Amino acid sequence: MKRLAKTVFLVAGVLAVAVFSLGPFLWFVAAAFKTPSEVTAIPPEWFPSFSMAFFQSAVTRYGIFRYLLNSTVVAGATTVVTVSLGALAGYALARLPRRWSRVLLMGVLACAMFPQIATAGPIWRFLRLLEWLNTYQGLILPYVAFTLPLSVWILTLFFRELPEDLEAAALVDGCTRIGALFRVILPLSAPGLFTAAILTFIYAWNEFFLALLIMTDPAKQTMPVGIALFQGEYTIPWGEIAAASLITTAPLVLLVLLFQQRIVKGLSAGAVKG
Amino acid sequence: MNQMSHRFYLLLLLPTLLVLLLFIAGPVGQSFFLSFHRMIIGLPHLGAPFIGLQNYQELLNDPVARHSLWVTLIFVGTTTFFELLIGLLLALLMHRRFPGRGALRACVLIPWAIPTVVSAQMWRFLFNDAYGMVNYAMFGAETSAYIPWLALPSTALFSLILADIWKTASFAALLILAGLQVIPDELYQAARVDGAGTWRRFRHITWPLILPALLVALLFRTIDAFRVFDLAFVMTQGGPADATNVLQLYGYKKMFVEGWMGYGSAVSACIFAIILCLAVAYVRMVGRRLLEAGTG
Repeated sequence: MKRLAKTVFLVAGVLAVAVFSLGPFLWFVAAAFKTPSEVTAIPPEWFPSFSMAFFQSAVTRYGIFRYLLNSTVVAGATTVVTVSLGALAGYALARLPRRWSRVLLMGVLACAMFPQIATAGPIWRFLRLLEWLNTYQGLILPYVAFTLPLSVWILTLFFRELPEDLEAAALVDGCTRIGALFRVILPLSAPGLFTAAILTFIYAWNEFFLALLIMTDPAKQTMPVGIALFQGEYTIPWGEIAAASLITTAPLVLLVLLFQQRIVKGLSAGAVKG
Repeated sequence: MNQMSHRFYLLLLLPTLLVLLLFIAGPVGQSFFLSFHRMIIGLPHLGAPFIGLQNYQELLNDPVARHSLWVTLIFVGTTTFFELLIGLLLALLMHRRFPGRGALRACVLIPWAIPTVVSAQMWRFLFNDAYGMVNYAMFGAETSAYIPWLALPSTALFSLILADIWKTASFAALLILAGLQVIPDELYQAARVDGAGTWRRFRHITWPLILPALLVALLFRTIDAFRVFDLAFVMTQGGPADATNVLQLYGYKKMFVEGWMGYGSAVSACIFAIILCLAVAYVRMVGRRLLEAGTG
């Protein structure tokens, strides 16, 4: 009897969590497949008629492919640069004597905590000086700075697990230091690099505040800015917003479904170690 | 280890330190510098005269700023509390073994992965005053009773808080879950043998052992909640009547909408100071664990 009650309780809890997590989002994106009158119907129209009109208008009238392209370029480049720099720095921090790496790691960690607003004004002025406002590199570089701390952190922890004998053996075999890093250490670190890459990509894909400041030209705006600034002529274009939201979120949902364990590990790295 | 290899490691660190210096440390320093000057973006010919603490003095006497701080504190306090509470319950649930646990964990991660802008538009849709699901769930087809959630000062902040909790409770849950997973099973078995019930097992084993993970989640969430911007920008633009004008949005408006670079810098310096205190606490806690983990 007690066992049955426990099972019922567990099932109810699991269902409640699933509905709470997915329900609101599913309801929202269902609007993308409706007709305008179905979106605003009361009582609500539970089942969409699977009209694709909103997707069509999101593409033709709002040009969301342009936003999608910008987001892909910015998030992709940010990921490549951050993981490359993060790997070099993480390796150095893992191998430097503790009393050095201690101070440096604390500094890097503190950078991750700073509010964006405290850097926004000077970054904007700096980019204006370089004439990099409304350019890809103008957004990518600040993103690299804001994603580096977490990547350095994840990779430092990862490299510390690899024994130093590995490089020592490679050096004896005639590798240079940099050769040992690229031919021995990095290939072994694929899982760590991959975790850092996923988290960096998600950050850069979702970021809004800096993108809003730096990309004022609609031709250069990323998906989040496009979605936030969607304007209809008379009413809010919910259908188009929902369609664009679904397209923006789909790759992230895919990443989560495929790599959830890696993501969880990366996020909690350091938080509970030891 | 010799001098050569130290130089090699420092060389590897150089690009990272350079980027952090140029785009984080440098700008933070310059923000402080600008906060002692009068500077207006649209009027460059006025220059940037040094005015001492005048920006800060003005800030202290600015009722909008004080209100903004108050709103932010309410937002931070409420969201953090509920995110940790719900996160703890979620973590305890996900820690049990049952078929489909992996699928549930993926479900919980999805709100975290959704861009904040998307979730803000989603909640704006759900809180709509004419056809929103929240109103329908509460009042059915009785449209005359519908509440314009985002247009009333008394409910707008609540709506933002709910949206934030939905989005980030899962993050807290994951941090706490990671803490739960390192508790050895033998402890529970021993406690069972000694006849300890569910509550006592939680009180004497689970709670003290997840407390560190809980504290980390607490600090992480607090710092993040102070930086809230996207939700307020998309859902309410800070309104109605500044009811959701959180600090970062206030600073953004002063700096980039009204063009008061110096005054806006004073606002951002204050936000920075608040977060710095929290960050120091965070880095001391997490940093120490990180170092211990490495030496073990």
